[in-house]
Amino acid sequence: MTHVGYLIAGWSISVGTVLAYAGWVLWRGRSLSRRVPENRRRWMMPDD
Amino acid sequence: MSTATTSSPANRAVVPATTSSRATRVLGWLTLAGFAVLVALAFAWVPEDTRITEQGDVVGQFDAVRLMFVHVPSAILAYTGFGLTFLASLAYLRWRTDWWDIMAHSSAEIGVVFGVLTLVTGSIWGRPTWQTWWEWGDVRLVTALVLVLVFIGYLAVRRIPADAAVKARRSAVIALVGAVNIVIVNRSVDWWENRTLHQESTLLARKIRDETLFTLSFSFAVGMALFAWLLLHRFRTAYLESQIEELEVQEALAERRAEADWADHERGQP
Repeated sequence: MTHVGYLIAGWSISVGTVLAYAGWVLWRGRSLSRRVPENRRRWMMPDD
Repeated sequence: MSTATTSSPANRAVVPATTSSRATRVLGWLTLAGFAVLVALAFAWVPEDTRITEQGDVVGQFDAVRLMFVHVPSAILAYTGFGLTFLASLAYLRWRTDWWDIMAHSSAEIGVVFGVLTLVTGSIWGRPTWQTWWEWGDVRLVTALVLVLVFIGYLAVRRIPADAAVKARRSAVIALVGAVNIVIVNRSVDWWENRTLHQESTLLARKIRDETLFTLSFSFAVGMALFAWLLLHRFRTAYLESQIEELEVQEALAERRAEADWADHERGQP
């Protein structure tokens, strides 16, 4: 395989960035959810 | 999964303290599975890019072509994010509802993430293909950079303290102006073909092999699923932020009213 360094850099930066952003969004969503009353989190149906 | 149970009576169902729902969980697992398939296709099925010239030399991008499956979907998702911001901003200016403002904010942020990734992966792909990381004279590269910078500015303007309606209105105007650049970036390879290293659209011109075309199309599908998953979570997070702001305003007003009532009481007024 050629250009291995470029492939590793391109793919790992992409995956790493998306994972970091997704993790931040989930973490922030969880921490904010605890501060908002249930009746204002209207998209969330009880877990079944 | 963490749950908010403190204020719930025992006989009420528990509402999870998270932005997840059944739909996002299904979408998330589908996206992960799709990504695993994409990696397999990109590295095990797609052949390296080679052509034999009339002189018998073997030329092409070789394995660097596999960077296409992260660079091109990133660009498409950046366009999608900025385009959605444009539409949501237009809708906000028409109907003035929080929903459209939150949608514009959420999609702009996701657009910036993928816009930055487009620039970075494009630079990494450009080095083995064009023998350069960056060209300031290249119209496609510079207009793409300007597009991302405009939307970073959009996000910065949203952080300036102001009344919610003022903040939403001025950021909507920035989005409408900034989104014009989407068309310029996209068409720049045709309008200024002599001033860019960037190739024209290989997808529309059908200049790539079937395996590469299929995998690229598949990467768009996985990218769109990822975009939808991110947007759902980011929208809900932004919605929670707006709810907390509203609650804080209500609390502050209640405190002021209580202080005013106390002051009236102290002065002996009813």
